[in-house]
Amino acid sequence: MTAWLNTIAQGVLVGGLYAMFAAGLSLIFGVMKLVNIAHGDLIVLAAYVALMVTDALGLNPILSLIVVVPVMATVGYLLQRGLLNRALGEDILPPLLVTFGLSVILQNGLLQLFSADSRRLQAGGLDVASVKLAEGLSLGVLPLLQFALAVLVIAGLHWLFYHTRLGRAFRAVSDDPRVAQLMGLDNRHVFGLAMALSLAIVAVAGVFLAVRTNFDPATGPARLIFGFEAVIIGGLSSLWGTLVGGILLGVVQAIGAEIDPGWQVLAGHVAFLAVLAIRPQGLLGGARR
Amino acid sequence: MSGGVTRATRASNIGLVLALACLVALAFAPFWAGRDGMRLLIDAYLYLVLASLWNLLAGYAGLVSVGQQAFVGLGGYVLFGLAALAGVPPLLCIPIAGIAAAIIAIPVAAITFRLRGAYFAIGSWVMAEVFRLVASQISALGGGSGISLPAGIVTAMAASRHGREILVYWVALGLMVAILGGIVALLRSRHGLALTALRDNEMAARSNGIDVRRTKLVVFILVAAGTAMAGALIFLQRLRISPDAGFSVNDWTAFVIFITVIGGIGRFEGPFVGVVVFFVLRETLADLGSLYLMILGAIAILVMLKAPRGLFGFIAERTDTQLLPLQRRVRGV
Repeated sequence: MTAWLNTIAQGVLVGGLYAMFAAGLSLIFGVMKLVNIAHGDLIVLAAYVALMVTDALGLNPILSLIVVVPVMATVGYLLQRGLLNRALGEDILPPLLVTFGLSVILQNGLLQLFSADSRRLQAGGLDVASVKLAEGLSLGVLPLLQFALAVLVIAGLHWLFYHTRLGRAFRAVSDDPRVAQLMGLDNRHVFGLAMALSLAIVAVAGVFLAVRTNFDPATGPARLIFGFEAVIIGGLSSLWGTLVGGILLGVVQAIGAEIDPGWQVLAGHVAFLAVLAIRPQGLLGGARR
Repeated sequence: MSGGVTRATRASNIGLVLALACLVALAFAPFWAGRDGMRLLIDAYLYLVLASLWNLLAGYAGLVSVGQQAFVGLGGYVLFGLAALAGVPPLLCIPIAGIAAAIIAIPVAAITFRLRGAYFAIGSWVMAEVFRLVASQISALGGGSGISLPAGIVTAMAASRHGREILVYWVALGLMVAILGGIVALLRSRHGLALTALRDNEMAARSNGIDVRRTKLVVFILVAAGTAMAGALIFLQRLRISPDAGFSVNDWTAFVIFITVIGGIGRFEGPFVGVVVFFVLRETLADLGSLYLMILGAIAILVMLKAPRGLFGFIAERTDTQLLPLQRRVRGV
């Protein structure tokens, strides 16, 4: 019994990480209808940036966020202004194929720079520390921290969307980019800021990913898929939905892994397909798209 | 000359004659191309088939899939399963793989079609991952490490290695002609007109009475069947399949997308140009390894942004050229 409780608790905490993968993806889809196929590779890029920062400055990985977050946000802004804005338009094909090309470039660029060896960040004792809740049930400090940060990120995004000028700009360009422009918004700049924010979240997710598991240049696509599954399970266009979707995915994967290690990822995919078949608007989604 | 609608132009007439002449020359390739040459040609045929099918799917029907590796691997596994476990002759397995994929494509479409536009792309990718993970769970087919075609089956196809290579070459050429011919016939038919309308403007197509969902479904099923047959042949040539090779997103989707985009998406001739560019780059730059893939990705991005109709579209729009009689033109009015 406690073994299962443990499994579910671990799954919930991993779900926080998936929610962060999903939140960045959902944010830019919401603002500019862009599905970023390179999202997972950008998460892995953030992990490598954290690796370089910790190596160069001798920082604890969690502290390296001070550097990694602004670096990735800048990358996001420049990427949007320099490349992705040019691909946006009525046709869905150009943004999809451009981000697909970007994904291949990132994967192979990382391979060229860092080789295919899998890496991991050491968090100096923090990664093995744990809190004991009951006999046989203890939670790692790092997963708890990661989950708390995920909730904070989603709550922060929610606040930003509905209570700030920037959030209003995001909603305006999302509702009608032409009218938003007429009202004096510079869409290209707003899109740039949205991508910067998305990659800031990616940076947090990337650092926690790097501490939690081994990563190598080829691990990006799986992160994209987990984030995407969390978005769809939770419901498109619902920020809290990404958290619910992430948790559900984490739990299903944990249960699958408990039954047979080969079923971990497969169980998540099956849950995703089941939601798509039974409730395509997602668990928290409102009207059908 | 009477007025009306025609598809033929002078260039397309010349193109047709040239295509037939090329075909005759290619049929005799075993007598003039060496082993390496033949292998390169087989590769080119199969990539041309995969790219033309993806072009039909994404360029015409608007179904931008990044999960077609699902059907490449499925085709390969159907062939290996039937040939190695049930003793079905490998060549007979190729059409069976097509039929199996067409049947499996129906539930796949039922689920993935619930995702619109760009989300369909990632949904199709998840589906391919499911196929890969399921394949690696089937221990009778070698699980995660894969399976080789038993030697007895290989020698039963043809006594010598040379003979088998010639056989595979002719089957590949035949499959290419059949599938490309099928695409041309489809595009020239009433359904092709519907597809072209769909390509140009989905909403306008719908308002003109085209059943968009049904058209997309039919294209998805046909493309799945063709892709699986190509997949079966790819792994018949390799004599070995594993989940990672069969369901590789790089080999069966990234390259295929790059070929189509660089050559020209939404034009039948596009993949031909793309395949030529792809193989020229591959033969000259392949030693660069991952750098080569970065260059390929960068070229695809550049083409998508600067010439969204690809190299062929870029030329065709400026010269009003088509190499096959596909476009309908009004004349003599």
